[in-house]
Amino acid sequence: MFKWLHRFGSAPFVYRFSGALAPWVGGACAVLLGIGLYLGLFVAPTDYEQGESYRIIYVHVPAAIMSMFVYMVMAISSAVFLIWRMKLADAVAQAAAPIGASFTFLALVTGSLWGKPMWGTWWIWDGRLTSELLLLFLYLGYMALRAAIEQPQSAARAAAVLAIVGVVNIPIIHYSVEWWSTLHQPATITKLKPSIHESMAVPLRFMIFGFLFLFGYVLLVRLRTGILQREARASWVAQLPEIMRFNALAPAADSQAVSPSKHSETKHG
Amino acid sequence: MLVGVGLATFIGVKTFKENITLFRSPSDIVAGKVKDGTRFRIGGMVVENSVQRRSDNLDIKFDLTDHANTVTVSYNGILPDLFSEGQGIVAMGQLDTDGMFVASEVLAKHDENYMPPEVAEALKKAGKMPGTSANFGAQTLVQP
Repeated sequence: MFKWLHRFGSAPFVYRFSGALAPWVGGACAVLLGIGLYLGLFVAPTDYEQGESYRIIYVHVPAAIMSMFVYMVMAISSAVFLIWRMKLADAVAQAAAPIGASFTFLALVTGSLWGKPMWGTWWIWDGRLTSELLLLFLYLGYMALRAAIEQPQSAARAAAVLAIVGVVNIPIIHYSVEWWSTLHQPATITKLKPSIHESMAVPLRFMIFGFLFLFGYVLLVRLRTGILQREARASWVAQLPEIMRFNALAPAADSQAVSPSKHSETKHG
Repeated sequence: MLVGVGLATFIGVKTFKENITLFRSPSDIVAGKVKDGTRFRIGGMVVENSVQRRSDNLDIKFDLTDHANTVTVSYNGILPDLFSEGQGIVAMGQLDTDGMFVASEVLAKHDENYMPPEVAEALKKAGKMPGTSANFGAQTLVQP
């Protein structure tokens, strides 16, 4: 078991493993989102209070859940990187950041589009909206900090610390609607007895899992690219069929081709 | 480090609770917790049968309650579609000398319940319409 886990510290193994896994995750994502969107937009009944407008819930809620979930993935990966010096954990955090920022942006935009017809305003500085906006800035700050520091090791460490410190914002987002008076509604589904009718909750569950698989798929693809970038000089990369084909397309040792360095294989983990 | 950050955040949140709170309740106003002449937000439920409209302009008056105290609100402008009696709303404005809240903006605060119209109808008939756990300031509101 431990030996099996240990392989996840090896870049070539993770590269191949994630390559084999990605199509399945992507396929599951397409099926879940397809069913969820169909049920949510065509089958689910209208809401007694909000009519058809409530249907944006099927994008807004999954995006908002994922905005926080991805942050936790990023923070835990960062902690693993700092504690066990596992470089691949840093690669996961780096790959997750833009995806999380996208989910956060989507949650903010769909929330704004929902707020105008229902509340009567695009935006209000209440606890929920402000803390979610702060989450977007944390993601952007993480990416900016990485990009601002030249030395990759220092950049990774500084960004990891920022990611971990930012975790305090996650419970604030979740409990903002309970702690303070807000315009945003209190929780509907994350409580013992969800206050949403089953006929509306089923499509929402499909969408939430669809978004989860979407994150998984994009993360795997981005992680593979990240591994290639980090390991560009390793011999196992040069021996990959896809890289060999690429190098064959770009002959005559030009700068485009990926070539192995004198050090045959870099140390992983 | 985590403990330190957590503690700092906790203290920050506690300290700024007043400022983070989006709106005051009718009870806060009756208790005189709001300074005269300040613009602030008030939140509560529109009292049933309290809405008075005029036929010749957009002037509207209604009572806002947190089920403990009630404040009368006057407004001239476009109301959100969700505005109705029994609806939670948040209004921006200030108190006039008679203790009436003169609003410059009225927003609807819908609750967390989602259900088809037939189900809502049936629950209403049975008197089992779910309430909201929304924090309306002084106390948590649960519709009767």
